[in-house]
Amino acid sequence: MSDAAQAPGRLSFWRAALVVARRDFLAILFGRTFFLFLLGPLFPAIVATMAGGIGAQTQSIAMSADIGLAMEAQDTEAMLHARDELAAQIGPAIPNMVVLERLEPGQTFDGVRVLESGEGRFAGVVTGTLAAPQLAATQGTLDRWRGVVALIAARAADDTSLALPDVATQVVATSGATQNTGRLRTAQGGQLILFLLIMLLATMVLSNLAEEKGNKIIEILAAAIPMDAVFLGKLFAMLGISAVGIAVWGSTGALILAAGDFSLASFTSPGVGWPLFFALGVVYFAMGYLLLGAIFLAVGSMAATVRDVQTLSMPVTMAQVMVFFLASMAVTQHGQWTEYAAMAFPLSSPFAMLARAATDEALWPHAVAIGWQLVCVALFIRFGAQLFRRKVMKSGPRGAAKKKSRSGKRAEQAA
Amino acid sequence: MDMATGETRESDVGKGLLAIEARGLVKAFDGTLAVDGVDLSVRKGAIYGILGPNGAGKTTTLRMLMGIIEPDAGYRRVLGHDNPRDVARRIGYLPEERGLYPSMKAIEAIAFMGALRGLPLAEGRRRGRELLERHDLGHAASRQIRQLSKGMAQTVQLLGTLVHQPELVVLDEPFSGLDAINQGKLEVMIRDLAEQGTTVIFSTHVIHHAERLCEGVAIIAGGRVPYAGSVETARDRIPAQVRLETRSREGAWRNALPEDTRRVGDFWQFTLPETGVEPLLRALIDGDAGILSLSIERAGLHDAFVAIAGEAAVRDMDTRSAGDAA
Repeated sequence: MSDAAQAPGRLSFWRAALVVARRDFLAILFGRTFFLFLLGPLFPAIVATMAGGIGAQTQSIAMSADIGLAMEAQDTEAMLHARDELAAQIGPAIPNMVVLERLEPGQTFDGVRVLESGEGRFAGVVTGTLAAPQLAATQGTLDRWRGVVALIAARAADDTSLALPDVATQVVATSGATQNTGRLRTAQGGQLILFLLIMLLATMVLSNLAEEKGNKIIEILAAAIPMDAVFLGKLFAMLGISAVGIAVWGSTGALILAAGDFSLASFTSPGVGWPLFFALGVVYFAMGYLLLGAIFLAVGSMAATVRDVQTLSMPVTMAQVMVFFLASMAVTQHGQWTEYAAMAFPLSSPFAMLARAATDEALWPHAVAIGWQLVCVALFIRFGAQLFRRKVMKSGPRGAAKKKSRSGKRAEQAA
Repeated sequence: MDMATGETRESDVGKGLLAIEARGLVKAFDGTLAVDGVDLSVRKGAIYGILGPNGAGKTTTLRMLMGIIEPDAGYRRVLGHDNPRDVARRIGYLPEERGLYPSMKAIEAIAFMGALRGLPLAEGRRRGRELLERHDLGHAASRQIRQLSKGMAQTVQLLGTLVHQPELVVLDEPFSGLDAINQGKLEVMIRDLAEQGTTVIFSTHVIHHAERLCEGVAIIAGGRVPYAGSVETARDRIPAQVRLETRSREGAWRNALPEDTRRVGDFWQFTLPETGVEPLLRALIDGDAGILSLSIERAGLHDAFVAIAGEAAVRDMDTRSAGDAA
């Protein structure tokens, strides 16, 4: 007996999407390239770590440049003593000083020649006397250290005239300024991570329908289930793959950070608190992914070949970057039209709202935004599916061109 | 449907005896007309062929019937529903351009295609295994599609089309790409389906399959259907040909032969006159032609197809010429 009598009608929309999602998810998960997909983000992380290490080392070397001293012996000793005393009180704002030469009375020293010849690693050279010190250095170094050298020289000249009082201190965990700064950093960091994840993962759906088009299986799908369900199923499959990837990367990162005694307590708590911030991060990732993914899937489905898909990648990535810039601008423009525009524009909304979760305690805007983003996801998928059906699912005549319906022509002639 | 003529009767429509009914289907792509007023009626349980040359509009017509694309004008009813996807679980569809996921195992491909039509995956696998074994492909169940030959992959896809046991099976050019043995197997499979009460519609530009299998055919040419009806009626549209062999070559009896008589080898060949063969025979005997042999050959579907599709093409050209002149 035919199954038709037992189960007439069509597959429900969600079940149809599930069938497609399940197939895609398993095909990718057990595909030969999935392991490379998981390893993918490690490569930029390694490069970033190495680049950061090299940068830090370079900066450290640059920062360790000394000020050379070339003064009479007595003045030199007084300068060194004063420098050490002030450094104990003021800290790293006082530069290190190294004796270049202890001069005899009346002897002169050409500091400019030493600097220009590149001898040693001196950022500047102090000559002259305690009453009239001379500093030779580049303009930037002069601007930075002229006052400090004067302070050291004054202290060296009269040990008592610059006695600094002790300052009693009280330690607080945070302040309005640090909280604001910390939340802004959390907002920017959250946006950046969200952007990187979505850029990495949503772009993958560009070529997602290429397989079906290449294999001609798209017609079987289109004949059996709504194209909207195909689109949604494909997006959910990639979302699931992304979730697997993020779980692996997140767990690895958390383990590394835990091993390094890293704690969230050392960061300013976001407006909605850390647990809710993470929860909203997951939701906004899903929304951002679905919104961009729906567009990319539709755009990619128009491409006839893999080469077309690759060509499309560049403008698509640029469009993503522009959306990210809009959301980034909104972070520092709390309550201004830029922020509202970024929150309302569907593609930047997830980024802007995650930033808001970091800087603002209110929860209701998130409920509104998530609802709005869901509506946009549905609209984007519907639009993409219709576009695909109209532009791709057709069979044009290969014979002689038949420009106009003869029935239509007859009707015109009759009129 | 009248089984003798293949024509659909009004009562068939009213009684819900039609698997497919289409009236005035029109579809244009980017201003170019692909299908221009196609009418079709297919009785439930029939094997029905859609014949036409390449680019005639067969695939577009089938895609409209399957709901893959929407017609610009006209209407279709499939298994009693205006929207074919409302009865998607009762339909099996094999597109012209075959498609399977290369990395999928054969058994999974069949189960997946069943799942798209509402069949649970586990049941799809069970039935898929049965179908594969019944068609001598049991050994290929766990092999990836990319590891199968083209013919085997096509069979797997066809089994995927049938796994949910549909009431209506629509096959777009199912014989293309198959060797003679597999074409024969497919013909057997189609007959088996019809015997079980399944309606089978297939398109083809190879007439012999339709002639052997179908009770009804529609000939599509230039996006229109110049003929829809039984195979027999189509053949009857071409007059029978007479082949005559005579002892004598000349004589008064030659005046009795029709105007289109031509000499082919040792034979005279001409269209059977409307008056029948008896008056001609009498004239030949009276004229002492010396009849050695005389045979009347009925036209095949292929001849009918060429004649009908050709006529339509001529009409199409005339219409366009008239339009251009206007």
